[in-house]
Amino acid sequence: MIVEKTARYLENIKKSDDKIKAFIEVWEYDAMERAKRLEIEVKNGRTPGRLYGYVVAIKDNMLYKGKSITAASKILENHISAYTATAIERLLKDDAVIIGRTNMDEFAMGSSTENSSYFSTKNPVNTNYVPGGSSGGSAAAVAADFSDVALGSDTGGSIRQPASFCGVYGLKPTYGTVSRYGLMAFSSSLDQIGPFAKSIDDIKAVYDVIKGYDPKDSTTYKTIPDVQEKKYSELKIGIVDFDTNAMDKGVQSNFEKAIETISKISKTKRIKLPHLKYAISTYYIISSSEASSNLSRFDGIRYGRYVEGADINESYGKTRGEGFGSEVKRRIILGTYSLSAGYYDAYYLKAQKARRIIKNDFVEAFKDVDVIMLPTTPTPAFKIGEKINDPLSMYLNDIFTVPVNLAGICAMNVPYGKSYDGLPYGIQFISNNFCESYLFEAAKCLL
Amino acid sequence: MEFEPVIGLEIHTQLKTKTKMFCRCEIVDSNSPANSSICPICSAQPGVLPLLNKKAVEMAVKIGLAINAKINRFSVFARKNYFYPDLPKGYQISQYERPVCEDGYIMLTDKKIRIKRAHIEEDAGKSLHSIGSEQLDFTLIDLNRCGVPLVEIVTEPDISSPDEAYEFLTELKKLLRWLEISNCDMEKGELRCDVNISLRENGSKKLGRKVEIKNLNSFKAVKDSLKYEIKRQSEMIKDNKKIEQDTRTWNAQKGETISMRSKEMANDYRYFPEPDLVPLNLEQRLIDEIKQSIGKLPSQIRDEYIKKYSLKADDIEVITSNKYINSYFEKITNFTDDKNVIKNAINIINGQLLAYINENKINDEDFLTKSPDPEHIYQIADMISKNEISSAGAKKLFEQSLSMKKSPKILVDELGLKQISNTDEIEGWVKEAVEINKKAFDDFKSGNEKATGPIVGYVMKKSKGKANPVIVIDILKKL
Repeated sequence: MIVEKTARYLENIKKSDDKIKAFIEVWEYDAMERAKRLEIEVKNGRTPGRLYGYVVAIKDNMLYKGKSITAASKILENHISAYTATAIERLLKDDAVIIGRTNMDEFAMGSSTENSSYFSTKNPVNTNYVPGGSSGGSAAAVAADFSDVALGSDTGGSIRQPASFCGVYGLKPTYGTVSRYGLMAFSSSLDQIGPFAKSIDDIKAVYDVIKGYDPKDSTTYKTIPDVQEKKYSELKIGIVDFDTNAMDKGVQSNFEKAIETISKISKTKRIKLPHLKYAISTYYIISSSEASSNLSRFDGIRYGRYVEGADINESYGKTRGEGFGSEVKRRIILGTYSLSAGYYDAYYLKAQKARRIIKNDFVEAFKDVDVIMLPTTPTPAFKIGEKINDPLSMYLNDIFTVPVNLAGICAMNVPYGKSYDGLPYGIQFISNNFCESYLFEAAKCLL
Repeated sequence: MEFEPVIGLEIHTQLKTKTKMFCRCEIVDSNSPANSSICPICSAQPGVLPLLNKKAVEMAVKIGLAINAKINRFSVFARKNYFYPDLPKGYQISQYERPVCEDGYIMLTDKKIRIKRAHIEEDAGKSLHSIGSEQLDFTLIDLNRCGVPLVEIVTEPDISSPDEAYEFLTELKKLLRWLEISNCDMEKGELRCDVNISLRENGSKKLGRKVEIKNLNSFKAVKDSLKYEIKRQSEMIKDNKKIEQDTRTWNAQKGETISMRSKEMANDYRYFPEPDLVPLNLEQRLIDEIKQSIGKLPSQIRDEYIKKYSLKADDIEVITSNKYINSYFEKITNFTDDKNVIKNAINIINGQLLAYINENKINDEDFLTKSPDPEHIYQIADMISKNEISSAGAKKLFEQSLSMKKSPKILVDELGLKQISNTDEIEGWVKEAVEINKKAFDDFKSGNEKATGPIVGYVMKKSKGKANPVIVIDILKKL
């Protein structure tokens, strides 16, 4: 069965990934060999792991020892992972078959996967449209039936937004529940690995395997507390009042339809998140500041692309100038500026204060409700090329997703509804720390 | 116009942990093959995260307690960003706004030097630009040292002379070695010192522009470079030249400081809190435990000895230099509390024993097992006090008891080293000698102290060198 399934996915990839371009590399041989071995072992009586039978695609920013990895950047061309990320190790330990690494925006910076140094990934629903980003390849792989599930990373919406654009589930777990060891850091205080899947059960299955304390990541929780169990009908859902000006009309009416549906099943309450409007600027300062430091290690000296200059400073300039794409450079410059002497207080420090205020909005809200409901994105998928030259409008696409990362809490995209031309819409459920189970329950309301 | 120097020190000390600050690589010495102790974390592979070494934190707390500092139970790590090939991450993990220790001091003989802060950080790797005398047209990088734990200690500008700087460093080094936090071998880079110096008019409160001198690899370099800087800066002021904020390096061969970079070129390190590490939360219980483990500090022990044995500070230097020598000395005091005997014992330790230790390159740790039995030192010291042996005899006893592994008490007879202090016997010889050397005796009587030579020589010959010369003189005086 797992052999047959792996073969079928490989067949699908062969047939249509030319058009979709979800994968940077498909590990056909490894996946088949592993599937065969697992199947024999299980036939011989070994207890199967929790992910036995799952074929998984992974984003190109998670290390898998001995395999190439690039974060879709030229600066890492020909780089081979020296070790395996904890999340990947856990997938393997529980018998998942890993089929390949997926395309992404370079270093996870972007919302369309157009910032990949390789190629743009197309939305499997309509190939004229972007799949979203930065984990666009992973979302597309699941939507195009190239794998059961996929792993992505979410710094400001990089799982939920592409999940929404491609019509699949995508979970951003509570910060500190999934180890970041072996995930190429974009913004350390915001990054979190999470799954894409076509069903709530599969999202839960993968999350259960990858979550948990990792001694290699000091920011993971030693224990994940149990939360009071609640059935979907017992949940109290908060519906956020927000400014609808920037919203696509279709997204808005779809959201109202979702509210109507959910009101029949669960209790709802209108709530406010008064500081939502500061989330984007706060997010771009914090994430870029951290990124400017996190990306310093890509200097061409120990690994990756190296371009020789007349002296060391020129070598740095050439290596990084030629190795990084323009979006990555934009963020490094923004972050370096925000951290510089004389600007630190006005930008970085102020953003940290704003972050606490935004987090506090959620703390207040969760005194009243179990789950908060928002659209995942203000628009459905946009056309390839439509926003690539307008970074600000691209950034604004993250308005509903970034506050969750700033607060460190969990959220999930639930596919719900379609536009008149068939593009998927998504509803985002947000819950407090460790309350992933509430997200899974809430999602059932929209089945 | 007279000037007074205002000096502050920044000291980096390498901690003697088994493994590095943020990974589990073993710390190896500088003779190890390049890059033989590195891993994905300390070589900054993509995706790695720092993993805090708790032992290093405990050592930093220990330093803080020993320098009378306030221990911050809550402190944060910060990233210090700069590009350099031997800094693989492109940032150094350090502490900035909230260090683990603040507001301490060290007491010198007659002055208190305040310590502003002490914080934890990691070392960088090494860049090799030449092999021997041959300049390379490329640079080699060795990351063995990268990630080794350091504690940076920053003083307030309370030091007012090169000698005081020297004394402070000596005291600090002693403390760090005592606590077994670092070997403080400056040649190996286990202790590094940068200094800040400015001049101000005597009595003025206003500070001048400070100049930093970096990369000083010995206490002597600290002292010499400060002397040079004081001269250079006071000459500049006298010539009405403006002193610029400057970072300089010490050239020991030429005996001068050279400018490295001016203020305009100063780095902006873009410090911000390290998001990959949670803030450090120290439990009071842990701090208390560390406090307990420190026990008495050398300065306390020194004060006790001065009182108890009426000793001078200089005499105590060696026996309070580290825990091993000190517990060796303490063993000797189990046999006696006679001040004279103890003083003699200390003389032996400062002299022959130290020479023996140095000659045989015995480590501090092996001091107790490889040194002579402390009871033997006591016996020799006791015999000296009782005038039973001469200083030459004492030296011989020390050597022989070591090589023959016999107690000096037995050896003194076996080797016939006991002095004759029997006055009657000596008096006979002295009288004989006076008979023969009448003129010398007369000279002595008329006040020429040096004239005793032939008389003492005669008595020594007669007694086969065993007559106590002090008694010989005493008798002579009485005749």
